[in-house]
Amino acid sequence: MGTSISVDQLHVSYYGKEAVRDVSFSIMPGSLVGIIGPNGAGKSTLLKSILGLIPSDKGTVKVQGGEVKLARKKLAYVPQRSNIDWDFPISVIDTALIGTYPKLRMFRRPKKSDKQLAMECLEKVGMSEFKNRQIGELSGGQQQRVFLARALAQQAEIFFLDEPFVGIDISSEETIIKILKELRDQGKTILVVHHDLSKANDYFQQLILLNQELVKFGNVDEVMTPETISRAYQGQLSFLKELVVSS
Amino acid sequence: MNFLEAVMHYEFLQKALLTSIMVGIICGVIGCFIILRGMALMGDAISHAVLPGVALSYFLGINFFFGAVFTGVLTAIGIGYISQNSRIKNDSSIGIMFTAAFALGIVLITLMKSSTDLYHILFGNVLAVRPSDMWMTLIIGVIVLTSVYLFYKELLVTSFDETMAQAYGLPTKLIHYFLMTLLTMVTVASLQTVGIVLVVAMLITPAATAYLLTNRLSFMLFISSGFGSISAVLGLYISYKANLASGATIVLVATGLFIITLIFSPKHGVLRKLINSRKKRVSYS
Ligand SMILES: Nc1ncnc2c1ncn2[C@@H]1O[C@H](COP(=O)(O)OP(=O)(O)OP(=O)(O)O)[C@@H](O)[C@H]1O
Ligand SMILES: [Mg+2]
Repeated sequence: MGTSISVDQLHVSYYGKEAVRDVSFSIMPGSLVGIIGPNGAGKSTLLKSILGLIPSDKGTVKVQGGEVKLARKKLAYVPQRSNIDWDFPISVIDTALIGTYPKLRMFRRPKKSDKQLAMECLEKVGMSEFKNRQIGELSGGQQQRVFLARALAQQAEIFFLDEPFVGIDISSEETIIKILKELRDQGKTILVVHHDLSKANDYFQQLILLNQELVKFGNVDEVMTPETISRAYQGQLSFLKELVVSS
Repeated sequence: MNFLEAVMHYEFLQKALLTSIMVGIICGVIGCFIILRGMALMGDAISHAVLPGVALSYFLGINFFFGAVFTGVLTAIGIGYISQNSRIKNDSSIGIMFTAAFALGIVLITLMKSSTDLYHILFGNVLAVRPSDMWMTLIIGVIVLTSVYLFYKELLVTSFDETMAQAYGLPTKLIHYFLMTLLTMVTVASLQTVGIVLVVAMLITPAATAYLLTNRLSFMLFISSGFGSISAVLGLYISYKANLASGATIVLVATGLFIITLIFSPKHGVLRKLINSRKKRVSYS
């Protein structure tokens, strides 16, 4: 089986200031991969660049062996902060339904089966009872779950989730990680930017440890060593040492 | 003779009525997307920017539709170019470009003719609608409504979440300029009815009124075009009765409907909010 995503010598900068430098890795289908690193390490930038939302200076990104442009409909993305108008006249269920749009042909409307799918995805994230609420009338964590439902409704092959657990209570986090593990077992690829190092062991098999450069890519036990972690988190190492040792 | 009899009797009134209703509908529909995308200022800009195009069309002896669409879209592209390629923010770049286009238009028009033409273009004169204008409005109406119907999905997702639209490969910039083209066409269609200066009111006020009444985009489109056409008919009636400027009267009716809705809307009205928060306070005291 071919790789799901392969990134080769990727460089990304904002107005000449480099945010991601020379990052290469490749991921097989059926992996749940964590991306970790300190604030400003370029985690979000890496995702956006793989998705082609921001241009790269150098390097190639391949999705299922081909160009990203040709595989767009197989990718689902939940950004760190959705840049949307929360007063937009749209309900929770219709937001989830948008997840089915990429697969719909031009001029086509969502069918009954699409609506059913959207509803099932809302049920999975535990948001079905809010289906008729306007999207702004939810708490931050609930909003995050609706966007996750929308990503699920995309029935994508590869999922990119940027800090999906921020502002989410522990029981919802557990439900979501269960869903992600199910997706992985179905052969999907999931990349999750994640902040909480203590959970990395339980959640992921592989980690991408980033601090502008790729500090380490590999299985969790290879990456979660005090030495590599402290290399990525330079200044903050005292508290991290305890964390890694204890986990 | 009452208004209804007059409409039966005079063809110019029938044309005026039909044209205004169509203008109310298409302004209402496009207006919804304009306000949801936070582009009210852009609507104002494009409507002013058609002026030089109208003037050029007179010079060249062509239908003013073509000139108007040309300068309208050109201005939209200019605004986009400046705000994307310099540190000038979008609202400033709108301010620069549309006043320039408008000033150019005024110079061109004063160069050639009497100022009555300018007055009509600026403020509309729906009672003088010619058959050709009416047909143009109807054709534009059909184009605009068909486009929105066919591309509803794309317009919805790019207005709501542009990042997602980009991520799954929609040509978001193209859709933006497509919408700007529709906006220009709507402006051209509205020239006779309300005039350049007040088109923006027909775009924004009915849409904003609808926005206060519903949480669903599809409903909003219908409510907005309903308010747009009701304002047009009622405004025309009042202006005919009281012999007032038709465009301005139509706009004032739309504003009146907006204010009533702002106060009494069951969902987002001022009164409702007042009553609800008061009830809560009373229940605790
Ligand atoms: N739009 C932007 N314009 C300019 N610089 C940016 C922009 N977005 C990010 N940066 C810079 O690029 C670097 C990487 O940012 P990025 O958002 O990818 O970090 P991150 O790893 O996701 O951080 P966090 O954990 O805080 O989310 C940072 O130094 C940031 O200041
Ligand atoms: Mg980030």
